[in-house]
Amino acid sequence: MSNHIAVFCKKELRSFFDSPIAYIVITVFLLISGWFFFSSLFLINQASMRNLFGIISLIFMFFVPAVTMRLISEEKRSGTIEILLTLPVKDYEIILGKFLAGLILIFVAVILTLIYTLSLAGLGNLDFGSVVAGYLGLIFLGATYLSIGVFTSSLTQNQIVAFITSFVIIFALYMLDKVLIFLPSFLSSFFEYLSVDYHFSNISRGVIDSRDVIYYLSLIFFFLFLAVRALESRKWR
Amino acid sequence: MIKIKNLTKRFGQLKAVDDVSFDVHTGEILGFLGPNGAGKTTTVRIITCFLLPTSGWVEVDGLNVFEHSLEVRKKIGYLPENAPLYSEMNVLDFLHFIMGARGIAKERWSQRTKEIIDVCGLGPVIHRDIGELSKGFRQRVGLAQAMVHDPEILILDEPTSGLDPNQIAEIRGLIKELGKEKTVILCTHILPEVEATCGRVLIINEGKIVADGSPAELQSSFQGKEQIYIELKTPFEDVEVKLANLENVEKVEKIASNGDDLKKFTVECAKGVDLREKLFRLVVENNWVLLEMKKQRASLEDVFRDLTTS
Repeated sequence: MSNHIAVFCKKELRSFFDSPIAYIVITVFLLISGWFFFSSLFLINQASMRNLFGIISLIFMFFVPAVTMRLISEEKRSGTIEILLTLPVKDYEIILGKFLAGLILIFVAVILTLIYTLSLAGLGNLDFGSVVAGYLGLIFLGATYLSIGVFTSSLTQNQIVAFITSFVIIFALYMLDKVLIFLPSFLSSFFEYLSVDYHFSNISRGVIDSRDVIYYLSLIFFFLFLAVRALESRKWR
Repeated sequence: MIKIKNLTKRFGQLKAVDDVSFDVHTGEILGFLGPNGAGKTTTVRIITCFLLPTSGWVEVDGLNVFEHSLEVRKKIGYLPENAPLYSEMNVLDFLHFIMGARGIAKERWSQRTKEIIDVCGLGPVIHRDIGELSKGFRQRVGLAQAMVHDPEILILDEPTSGLDPNQIAEIRGLIKELGKEKTVILCTHILPEVEATCGRVLIINEGKIVADGSPAELQSSFQGKEQIYIELKTPFEDVEVKLANLENVEKVEKIASNGDDLKKFTVECAKGVDLREKLFRLVVENNWVLLEMKKQRASLEDVFRDLTTS
């Protein structure tokens, strides 16, 4: 079983790295995050990574949907989905394989930002505990966005539609804790809990709380579950 | 091998497959014929577990497609319509990917790849990207993909569409070869293909089975007229009238010809009547020169057209 997941993950990684897509996307990601990071670094004049993590969490809103948009929609458009789904494998194995491939790509991109971290470590005193926590938070955040992207990609055969839908969902989840002042007080803590950015800022402060981890894991599970259902829906439509 | 009972599939209002029942026996090459949109692809997608039926029963080698979906998929090799493939992958990687997904042990990959390359004639393109291949080679990669796990059942949806005549002949030969050991379902709307390869034909129209039998059976059961083609050489102009006056003749049709004295006709009569002897005597009596005479058979095409147009 896990063997199948590895097969699909490997195939997806191949198509990321065999084509220029992965390199372009990662380069753009590094350029943008680096530019924003260093342009504000000397203004703040503090050896802190909080700023970088904040920037990356914003860039992820575009970066992750760009990674996921073709994962399933392209199979639907080209018809290869018919070959894929008549293989003797379970639908969730396909979804998980693709999800993991996306996760590895994001992991690579995030690891490459260590260049910034290390150069910063040379400039001043870094709190390594909060750096590790921040990176962990980024991975959780990326994985959550990925699961949303995989889900929207499974809904359509149009990559652009998949990109925009996942962006909208991610943006909505991100904005939830920014609009709290407009909400009645009894709703505000509920909406705050639903917001991805609230949990992200918790983790990147250096506090790894099980509530935040559970929040991310349940969102990931929820959207991947929806993606599997979306794949299965072909059968009884 | 495959048992289908009262299969129905609806897409909204549309009944794509309407109460279809048939069996496919082990070792049979079944031609699944029908005009575009008749329900061939839908039926095949249900057998391969890509779709679920609205109602009905499908069993593959004793296994129900609802309960034993994975087991059924293991037994089937499937080439979907238009051979959809990953154009950015190279042929070898693609075959390895399918082998991995089909759970073939890694030790057997190189051996199996060699066999498949031999059978499908993929040698010259094995390291090329699928997207660069000609349609003929793509179709063969599709076939190879369907065969990597040496399935008992092969389902091929229009395997020769878009190929040139040479490629078509090659693919047909390949299918015939495979049909010696395997059960094959061949979906197509190309009739010579069925005549050339299939032992049994199933014609489907608007979701319903309208004919089932060997190509020869279908042709002989076709309710049509006997037609005889005759070619004569004579200066006289009354040939047509004399032919028409012959006993049992229902219709004489003159076919344009360019020679001065050359005259061509098709003579039609009721089914079961053999006019050839009488025609010959008529020719002798009148001293015409007989160049050619032949009985025309109802082709599978006539059967198909008769059954699928209304």
